[in-house]
Amino acid sequence: MSALREKVIFEYSRPGRGSRDQWPEEVAHPAKLPENLKRHSPPLLPEVGELEVVRHFTRLSQMNFSIDTHFYPLGSCTMKYNPKACNQYAMLPEFLGRHPLGPESHGQGFLACMFELQEMLKEVTGMQGVSLSPMAGAHGEFAGVAMIRAYHRARADLARTEIIVPEAAHGTNPATAMMCGCTVREIRVGPQGDIDIAALEAAVGPHTAGIMLTNPSTLGIFERGIEQVARIVHAAGGLLYYDGANLNAILGKVRPGDMDFDAIHMNLHKTFSTPHGGGGPGAGAVGVSARLLPFLPIPIVGRDAERYRWLAEADLPQSIGRLSAFMGNAGVLLRAYIYMRMLGRTGMSAVGDYATLNANYLLTRLQQAGFEAAYPQRRASHEFIITLKREARELDVNAMDFAKRLLDHGFHAPTTYFPLIVPECLLIEPTETESREVLDAFADAMIRIEREAREEPEYLKGAPHSLPVRRLDDVRAAKQLDLTWKPKEAV
Amino acid sequence: MAFIPHTEADVAEMLAAIGVASIEQLFDEIPASLRVRSLDGIPAAMNEMQIGKLMSARAQTDGRPLCFIGAGAYEHHIPAAVWAVATRGEFYSAYTPYQAEASQGTLQVIYEYQTMMASLTGMEVANASLYDGASALAEACLMAVRANRKSKAQRVLVPRSVHPHYRKVASAAAGNQAVRFEELPYGAADGRTPAAALARFDAQDVTALVIQQPNFFGVLEDVDALTRWARERDIFVIAVVNPTSLALLKPPGEWGPGGADIVVGEGQPLGVPLCSGGPYFGFMTTRLAHVRQMPGRIVGRTVDVSGRDGFTLTLQAREQHIRRARATSNICTNQGLLVTAATIYMSLMGPQGLARVAAASHARTAELVAALTRVPGVRRVFASPCFHESVVALDRPVASVLQRLADRGILAGFDLAEHYPELGHALLVCATETKTGAEIERYATALGDVMKAARAA
Repeated sequence: MSALREKVIFEYSRPGRGSRDQWPEEVAHPAKLPENLKRHSPPLLPEVGELEVVRHFTRLSQMNFSIDTHFYPLGSCTMKYNPKACNQYAMLPEFLGRHPLGPESHGQGFLACMFELQEMLKEVTGMQGVSLSPMAGAHGEFAGVAMIRAYHRARADLARTEIIVPEAAHGTNPATAMMCGCTVREIRVGPQGDIDIAALEAAVGPHTAGIMLTNPSTLGIFERGIEQVARIVHAAGGLLYYDGANLNAILGKVRPGDMDFDAIHMNLHKTFSTPHGGGGPGAGAVGVSARLLPFLPIPIVGRDAERYRWLAEADLPQSIGRLSAFMGNAGVLLRAYIYMRMLGRTGMSAVGDYATLNANYLLTRLQQAGFEAAYPQRRASHEFIITLKREARELDVNAMDFAKRLLDHGFHAPTTYFPLIVPECLLIEPTETESREVLDAFADAMIRIEREAREEPEYLKGAPHSLPVRRLDDVRAAKQLDLTWKPKEAV
Repeated sequence: MAFIPHTEADVAEMLAAIGVASIEQLFDEIPASLRVRSLDGIPAAMNEMQIGKLMSARAQTDGRPLCFIGAGAYEHHIPAAVWAVATRGEFYSAYTPYQAEASQGTLQVIYEYQTMMASLTGMEVANASLYDGASALAEACLMAVRANRKSKAQRVLVPRSVHPHYRKVASAAAGNQAVRFEELPYGAADGRTPAAALARFDAQDVTALVIQQPNFFGVLEDVDALTRWARERDIFVIAVVNPTSLALLKPPGEWGPGGADIVVGEGQPLGVPLCSGGPYFGFMTTRLAHVRQMPGRIVGRTVDVSGRDGFTLTLQAREQHIRRARATSNICTNQGLLVTAATIYMSLMGPQGLARVAAASHARTAELVAALTRVPGVRRVFASPCFHESVVALDRPVASVLQRLADRGILAGFDLAEHYPELGHALLVCATETKTGAEIERYATALGDVMKAARAA
């Protein structure tokens, strides 16, 4: 990446310029609108030609890291390759042009894809029903906890308003529980990274709505006591929620349904390789066990004989309702469908195999180089944690320094400072789509940075050095808010 | 297979380095009782050529009918440059810009987007987007409950003329937090929310009033009067607006005396294809005073250690990854790629281009309504100014007429029978700048034929 700079688009603007070939013709008669409802001053949009627009945004794109350009070992985010075919075939003109409220007679092709996607997701997760409508992982979490609440309400079991989460959980878990009107109880994790069963037994009771778990956990290891956890929570009358963030680790190997989870969300933008798009769109399909089937969010695609149709309120009167204006991120769902069809049955379990192989290999390489694993007695799942607490203590450099210096070496930083319970941690997830050479190059870069920490620590602490900007002043960003561009005369 | 590059030699050497005999051994911590026995329900793999043929065949099944449906999703011309640039791998396959130094492109796009949306809506600040228009309304209601400290009631007034799906999404999302929604009627003759409907709340504790402009019927509300009533009582005004319309219509920041407090809407008309309902993006703008109660990501401009300008995510103390159970929302995504497309779209359109799109859509809809109401048995329902949608009534049930027109390749509008049975045989129709005079004529002629045949039958 060259040290590019780019003006903001408004600085290119010249009165009277514009991309006129893209505009519709001017209408003969101006709009007849009531005077008090009209706009009187034009919005601040730039007046620029098409070439300027294309160059500006192309240059901006070149200031990004992305999977297409860089290795992205971002733990918990599953930054695997996004196949081009998924994009191309999801963007066929008929799919792009289809109105969400168009009749089922003009949507059988699209609906067939959605129905089959629901069926494939059921099969690969072992759940009894799937709804595709949530638009991101956190949205799926919301749907899951809302269903758990609806289930207890339907049984008039109104005291069940507490959600248990392990202390290492994703921040979305407690935030979701609160959005669903629940309270949150955090429980400890034992020294080997498994849930502390005694703490769980002490926590459950008649107020327990359910537990939210990621498995493999956010510590990058399989929760070995999961069967016992399920028995304890179910015996206490609670339900189990599976956060699908780490589904890539066990795809084709273990199914959340077989672990006795009642509600799950799947991040299709992780496990099923739809693009992250610079922070969205995602897709957070949810799956449920038989007891939660009546509460699935609508709409769902059903099939009568050979016709596909939408199922809505009339079909699912106990549904938690609608989560989006139409049917979620349909275009993302099409991409996930294409990906799953290309993988097929054998590809599905190859994902789990090779994601795990790559993670364990990279962990081995880093351990051999002297880095400390957070859970050295445990197998890595599809990701693992390195703790730099020794480097912090002896060399006064921290995980952030390593992360920023990796950018200079052409690698996106791993997830840093999450999970919160491991000091100075790097959570590293290579994914199955990276080659051995890339993993070796990453390990070599870590080794070089470690050496630099001893020999030239000040330079390391000043990283990155080769990017468009160096470390940014976040405190100033939050105190002297500059959230919109202002023309010079207005400043 | 499965986009996995490993050779057999790679696998053997990697296993040797780890010190295990097989990949299978890496799963030895998983109880055997839990291992998958079969995935028979998953079909066999397809290569790229095979899946391409399947998807093309499915797409052709759906065809490309002539579409006069709006109802929250609008067909506009999308310049070629929008998606040619937005699908560049550096935008398409990038993650959330948490590592600011490696994400200046995405961050600057969002900063430019925030500037455009704030100005378009007449507000001071914007977030980096939410899932869609409906979920943005739900978040706005929750935000109003947090930000309006003068109200204890957690009570939001929502006109029946607000998009019915938006109302359902808001109650599904906010219902678990004990927010109460109360419906306001619309005028039978003009389709607007009458001031008289507010009178019974005059002396009551109300948190917020939702105003959709144009409303679901396409009708323009008397936004000044509604805003004045709310502001005189310290009730928050949540505006739900169509971004295209704002090239012509008064922005919510200028409504009534004092303007709206929170503005949300569906961003899809700004360069995002219809695509069966998503991915779209919800936008949200507000006053600077409320920015700390706003959900979702926000980008700010700052400086780096050498004093150079740069962009970063800011005010993250509101968000779930920092604040966990006390966050403003559980949301951790924005619709980044759609925001990128919309920012490119707005740059290409500029103020003049967007005004042309809005004016052409308004004019085409007026032509459409004139053409349809010339057909015997069709009349206009509300005698109020509209933007680019309008309600017409037929003299017979809408569903069968719609199906016959669909058989002729025309999607003639959205049937209001389910959500507004009191309107009788009513149909919501829309024409944007994409519709020609000939296409409007084709629809009117086909409608005439179908109605005549139905009458004869």
